[in-house]
Amino acid sequence: MKNNIIDFNGEFDVIPTGKKYAPRIKSVGPKEEKYTNSLKKSIIKSGLCDGMTISFHHHFRNGDYILNDVLNIIASLGIKNLTLAPSSLAAVHEPLIRHIENGVVTEILTSGLRGVLASKISSGLLKKPVIIRSHGGRARAIEAGDIKIDVAFLGTPSADAYGNANSVKGNSTCGSLGYARVDAEYAEHVIIITDCLIDYPNYPASISQKNVDQVVKVNAIGDPDKISTGATRFTKNPKELLMAKNVALIIQKTKYFKDGFSFQTGSGGASLAVTRFLREAMIEKSIKASFVLGGITKPMVEMYEEGLIKTLFDVQSFDKIAAESIQKNEEHFEIDASLYANPHNKGNIVNKLDVVILSALEIDTNFNVNVITGSNGEIMGASGGHSDTAACAKLTVVVAPLFRGRIPTVVKNVHNVITPGSSIDILVTERGIAINPLREDLIELFKDSSFNITSIQTLEKIARDYCGERKPVKFTDQTVGIIEYRDGTVIDLIKAVEKNV
Amino acid sequence: MGKLRRTMMYVPGNNPAMLTDAGIYGADSLMFDLEDSVALNQKDSARLLVYQMIKNNNYAQEVVVRINSLESDLGATDIEAMVRAGVDVIRLPKTETAEDVKKVENIIESVEKKIGIEIGHTKIMAAIEGPLGVINAYDIATASKRLIGIAIGAEDFVTSMKTKRSKSGVELLAARSQLVLAARAANIAALDTVFSNIDDSDGFKEEVKLIKSLGFDGKSVINPRQINLVHEIYKPTDAEIEDAKQIVYTIKEAEAKGSGVISLNGQMIDKPIVERAKRVLELSGLSEEVM
Repeated sequence: MKNNIIDFNGEFDVIPTGKKYAPRIKSVGPKEEKYTNSLKKSIIKSGLCDGMTISFHHHFRNGDYILNDVLNIIASLGIKNLTLAPSSLAAVHEPLIRHIENGVVTEILTSGLRGVLASKISSGLLKKPVIIRSHGGRARAIEAGDIKIDVAFLGTPSADAYGNANSVKGNSTCGSLGYARVDAEYAEHVIIITDCLIDYPNYPASISQKNVDQVVKVNAIGDPDKISTGATRFTKNPKELLMAKNVALIIQKTKYFKDGFSFQTGSGGASLAVTRFLREAMIEKSIKASFVLGGITKPMVEMYEEGLIKTLFDVQSFDKIAAESIQKNEEHFEIDASLYANPHNKGNIVNKLDVVILSALEIDTNFNVNVITGSNGEIMGASGGHSDTAACAKLTVVVAPLFRGRIPTVVKNVHNVITPGSSIDILVTERGIAINPLREDLIELFKDSSFNITSIQTLEKIARDYCGERKPVKFTDQTVGIIEYRDGTVIDLIKAVEKNV
Repeated sequence: MGKLRRTMMYVPGNNPAMLTDAGIYGADSLMFDLEDSVALNQKDSARLLVYQMIKNNNYAQEVVVRINSLESDLGATDIEAMVRAGVDVIRLPKTETAEDVKKVENIIESVEKKIGIEIGHTKIMAAIEGPLGVINAYDIATASKRLIGIAIGAEDFVTSMKTKRSKSGVELLAARSQLVLAARAANIAALDTVFSNIDDSDGFKEEVKLIKSLGFDGKSVINPRQINLVHEIYKPTDAEIEDAKQIVYTIKEAEAKGSGVISLNGQMIDKPIVERAKRVLELSGLSEEVM
């Protein structure tokens, strides 16, 4: 289906054609039951067979039991050659290695891969290359029929026996089910899996009964402590604080920092700290944000409750406070991945984003960013919403330490491109700030400022002076990953890392 | 006028990550420690690490290394390694007499000669941490031309005095005052001791205000968070900056005209006032050329 040819031609080059894909029309009559207490029975009933495509969401993070449990049963049923299409994979999904070795899973479509599974795939465990898509790109692919999901296995914290799933009630609240909602609308067969059955009707429903084929109750959908993490904490790391402070000051200096602006940040230490410094500035200058988008955290909920943010658009709740806020706070909305970032609809929300603060594993002297492979060339991260937000935000700031230990962040050429350099405006490190030459307006704005503005080439040299010359990674000819840009074109290929046997 | 030493950031010499990042936080000086923060079985590797760091990194700030006492074998080896690395200042702990300083000077000089760098290149700083040192403060302060500053180390001092640290700092008053007097009489820098509770920023600020009033040039800090707090307190007010600018401008004008006694706003501007004005400009980051 996917060719190994790089055909990316610019962030907004592709004009989509054709019609949206749609699953078959089905009917469920008033006397029919959807509920079962056996996951195995539900899988058999779904008609799952060899060669089909199955999907999962990653809202349960490292606390997920569902994917492993389902795959174990599928394997025991002797089903083979499945295409696995989760929204992303976590370290807890390491048992997939066995299923790949046994031919149960022969293709993976995901946003990211971690741990030993990722490392093995980097060495060529899978014959077919993994297809890496951003969150918006996955939604695009599902709606366009590039991914045709046969069976979607969607774990939810609560559900009624008819399929209405709610993300806040239950023992392990995960908050927004934004990624799962797209699967629920477009999959041929949808199975809701929950450990908390609520009497009908279970409203408000993130996933509607009208899209659900079966409901299964299991003992546990996952580890509650890992699904519903405690509040995301502020970093005390002085380096992260230093960088965060600078990012906040930079944002304040631009024309984008005004009443009604919108922003999105990651949940890493420096990014969260930026939120804290921005908050101070917003209070001081009486600036209120029109919306905050993406992964929602406790600090953002607090700012909302303080009156500093008008709307929270939540595609993924990062902690318990954020999860509970969806039901508690009127303008905290759960959004699906397509509304969030699918470029091929009549207006995704990232189009309206003013400022986004992102991180990077690597960034090169053309500002291309890599968040998928590490310094050893192995897959170890995820595309996520990086390329989606960076393409559309009016101001894209990448914040990262110039080097991590002895590994440089700023390099001559990234191992793999997730986000093209044209999407990145400013790089902030602890040893200097580089502005993309494409942004002459920003260069002019910061010309005589007291910020330590330097060229990205200088930053690369400083990193190299500290870390030494990088030993080139030995890749083979085998393509183990295809990085698909949000518009469906191929922006890069991931090659297998040569392993010394 | 003298180098700004409002903050001297303390970094344990056996921590590569902290040593690498030491320079990014804006401290005026950096102090890499080979003494009390390094365990005995790590002394040699710390010395090697700090040597490599100083030799290979281009720190923008003044780099000071606190060596081990000369009473052990470690001190002399520390000095040799650091002079070879090109350190700016050797800091001697627990200095009690002028003789202690002279011993350090002799070792430094012999290493400088051996490796062929300018004699006098490496400076010295003396940390006074006991009552005898305090009594001998002026002798210590004038013991060597290389000596650029003296510092008070409160923890050891207070223990020797058989008392303990308090919020008011009265137990350190005599020592602090003696130190500043000696430093001023010898025309060198006076630095205050560390404040260990990094979470108590109010207490820290109170102490900085106190030592600023006493006349200290600055303070040792142990966490980047403390740096800006000190710099804020040491920053002159806008009014002070304006006055200073006026004074320096008036002096420049007078010098150009060749006038003798100069007055401004009914006040005679003599040398101390000019010096203070220049100091204010220095602290606010303005040079005289701004005028």
